[in-house]
Amino acid sequence: MTFSFQAAVAERGFDVALSLGPTETVAVMGPNGAGKSTLLSVIAGLVRPDGGRAELNGRTLFHLGEGQRRWTAPHHRGTALLAQEPLLFPHLTAADNVAFGPRSAGTPRRQAMEQAVRWLDDVEAGDLAGRRPAELSGGQAQRVAVARALAADPGLLLLDEPMAALDIHSAPLLRRLLKRVLADRPAIIITHDVLDALMLADRVVILENGRIAEEGPTREVLHKPRSAFAAGLAGLNFVVGTSAGDGILAARGHIAGHSEDPVPAGRPAVAVFPPSAVSVFLTDAHGSPRNSFAVAITDLEPHGDQIRVRGGGLAADITPAALADLGLVPGMTVHLVVKAAAVSVYPL
Amino acid sequence: MTGGHAGRQAYTGVPRWLYGLAVLAALVVVLPLVAMVARVNWANFIPLVTSAPALAALGLSLRTAAASTALCIVLGVPLAVVLARGRFPLLGLLRSLVLLPLVLPPVVGGIALLYTFGRQGLLGGAIEVLGLQIAFSTTAVVLAQTFVALPFLVVSLEGALRTGGQRYEAVAATLGATPGTVFRRVTLPLALPGLASGAVLSFARSLGEFGATLTFAGSLQGVTRTLPLEIYLQRETDPDAAVALSLVLVAVAVAVVALAYRRPGGRGPDGKAGKQASGERPTTAAGAGGALA
Amino acid sequence: MTGSRKLTALLLAVLMTAMLAACTGKGDADAGSGSSTLTVFAAASLKSSFTELAERFEAENPGTTVTLSFAGSADLATQLSQGAPADVFASADSGTMAKVQEAGLADGGPRNFATNTLAIAVPPGNPAGIRSFADLAKAGIKLVACAPQVPCGAAAARVADSTGTVLSPVSEENSVTDVLGKVISGEADAGLVYVTDVRSAGARVKGIPFPEAAAAVNPYPAAVLAGSRNKTAAGRFLDLLAGPEGQEVLAAAGFGPGPA
Repeated sequence: MTFSFQAAVAERGFDVALSLGPTETVAVMGPNGAGKSTLLSVIAGLVRPDGGRAELNGRTLFHLGEGQRRWTAPHHRGTALLAQEPLLFPHLTAADNVAFGPRSAGTPRRQAMEQAVRWLDDVEAGDLAGRRPAELSGGQAQRVAVARALAADPGLLLLDEPMAALDIHSAPLLRRLLKRVLADRPAIIITHDVLDALMLADRVVILENGRIAEEGPTREVLHKPRSAFAAGLAGLNFVVGTSAGDGILAARGHIAGHSEDPVPAGRPAVAVFPPSAVSVFLTDAHGSPRNSFAVAITDLEPHGDQIRVRGGGLAADITPAALADLGLVPGMTVHLVVKAAAVSVYPL
Repeated sequence: MTGGHAGRQAYTGVPRWLYGLAVLAALVVVLPLVAMVARVNWANFIPLVTSAPALAALGLSLRTAAASTALCIVLGVPLAVVLARGRFPLLGLLRSLVLLPLVLPPVVGGIALLYTFGRQGLLGGAIEVLGLQIAFSTTAVVLAQTFVALPFLVVSLEGALRTGGQRYEAVAATLGATPGTVFRRVTLPLALPGLASGAVLSFARSLGEFGATLTFAGSLQGVTRTLPLEIYLQRETDPDAAVALSLVLVAVAVAVVALAYRRPGGRGPDGKAGKQASGERPTTAAGAGGALA
Repeated sequence: MTGSRKLTALLLAVLMTAMLAACTGKGDADAGSGSSTLTVFAAASLKSSFTELAERFEAENPGTTVTLSFAGSADLATQLSQGAPADVFASADSGTMAKVQEAGLADGGPRNFATNTLAIAVPPGNPAGIRSFADLAKAGIKLVACAPQVPCGAAAARVADSTGTVLSPVSEENSVTDVLGKVISGEADAGLVYVTDVRSAGARVKGIPFPEAAAAVNPYPAAVLAGSRNKTAAGRFLDLLAGPEGQEVLAAAGFGPGPA
């Protein structure tokens, strides 16, 4: 194990344990204020936790509590941080920015500059070496920032939404670049984008209220989400209840579904189904094996070439023609109907 | 008033009556200077300002102001960094105390310095033991000037450090830079414009220092009689010389202020000088956006 | 529109009122028509004796109020030349009085009503052990004097010249007050000031009279001013100064008799 981490910050309600393999990349996702940035700040040494312990490549980053008071200063940790903004030092050229890490480590200037040029070439920014940050576009600056972080030869790379501030033209280039450089080194990347999680990460960790709500291989988490946040990422309807027969018993009643492995009755379980499988009716059309939920419409919004109907915490996708036929408006009460065969049920 | 330079921007949002009062305000400052210039005895101007006492006073003023500015930088930079970055109790109190000379009458400063560095003062004994003589020496002038000018540097630099924020410093640390390296290669260069304008302001304040010097250092040609003291003395017997020397002091002050305010604003009439500054803004502004944690 | 115009008018009114208020402060002095007012501009060193003499003058001349204004002689002369209203000017040196006369501000010739001589002022206890004028020239003695441009400094230079002593003060101040300040605070070992200054400083300094001071006896001239509206009373005030009563009060403050 390359990196192990456990820390609590009481004042932010933060308590997380995490570990990484030698080349593993973990995507950290979760709503705003869930503690994602706190996690990176504690790892980088910018925030001191109340208690916990972390090790990177056999070196202790901190060990606090349990009678221990060990603390490694940020500059001795080898945890380079790449933030949403590139934060290139404005008074230095791109090359000097990239050479900053090596020079801080004691590499002679000439040698550090050679390394900087290599790293700039590596991120396809070799022609920008002599430019000041003010003369770079957002995408260019972020690529230089990646080179700067890598040039510091970090034991662990921390990325805090590196694509968030980029326009839609610059993001794909940086994503490709990150996929290449993250392939063979440990990294933690905070992202709001499910595409980043799928492309860049081996594993995803969902943080909610300062704690890990769910974690696992990205594909599995998206396929079988066990948290409302992950279900939202995967674009799935998500209802929590207890297992009962082939379905679950939830606050809104019994939901019929199917499960790959039978779930013993009375266990916490979820019912998950895609909005595309949900139909909208003006009147209640009962009939087994269907589920029907009476909800008041809260929102109508375009979703691809469909219209997404939201109400009662559920979503349904219908065609614009159906929308016109039904004459749907927010506030109207409708019946959302989904076949039991489209609902998958599994334990929480 | 609106027609003149309406080419670029038609709307200014300034009510018309405000111009009247603004002109009045400008007159309050400019008119006395104009009145003084009108009184200059131009026929004798050159001999008046190049007399031995005048040159000695000007030379002494420039030397002492330069020395106290250097002292302000050496002492003020660490203080500003601690005030901007430090986290310890009574920090607010320390800041208020350090800024006190800004609002203190200079004479009070002179008396305070006297009771600190004077023969009978708090440190007087210790200084005498070291074989140093501060009273009536040029050192006393530099001390008095440093006392009144230091807050200008500290305020200016602390403001720059606060505006800049700590995000660059955090990034530098995660790249492996020791606190010393961060200070030298990131903190200082980023705060350089603030430091420069602070130093210029300190220099200007030192140049104009009068009350504390008169009370604390005395007045002797070539040793402690700076230009303001020379003007004050000449006024007794030779008003023409006083006016001529005042004009020299105003000219030096104008040059210094012009130097200070040309730098950070960079707003040349055609916007040429402003380009680089405005180009650099977005990165800095974004950087100051919010703390990492 | 009307709103902004009103605001402008209001602001201007406030400005005007402030200016008027500032002006009337001085105007009151000569505005009293029923009873007469005598305004006396006097050198700062005359403060205690003139304050007492003004009271006596008022007692002897019922209905007349004496207003006193003390400052450095040169400052007062400047104020007079700028049109400050006054009836009597009493200067601490003849040079300043001569300037006032040249400017045509004096009515008739000045009368010397007192003299002042230099004295050495030392901090209580006399730490440097000063005994004579010659001691002031010793190495290591921190002497503070007035600058030669001001009367007390000119007097010190005359004494030094007449005795052949070379004084090297560590500071040449603008006024005797500044010199006394440096002696009182103990920064200076000795200061050259007037006998009257030593007297008014009380126990805070010790005075050492020296015979060489006779080389620079400083006369105090007074004159009725040309702009006076009350020349009779002004003349009477000058008479009081030169008379036995005035001389007595001045002598008590340390002044020498005015040469008749």
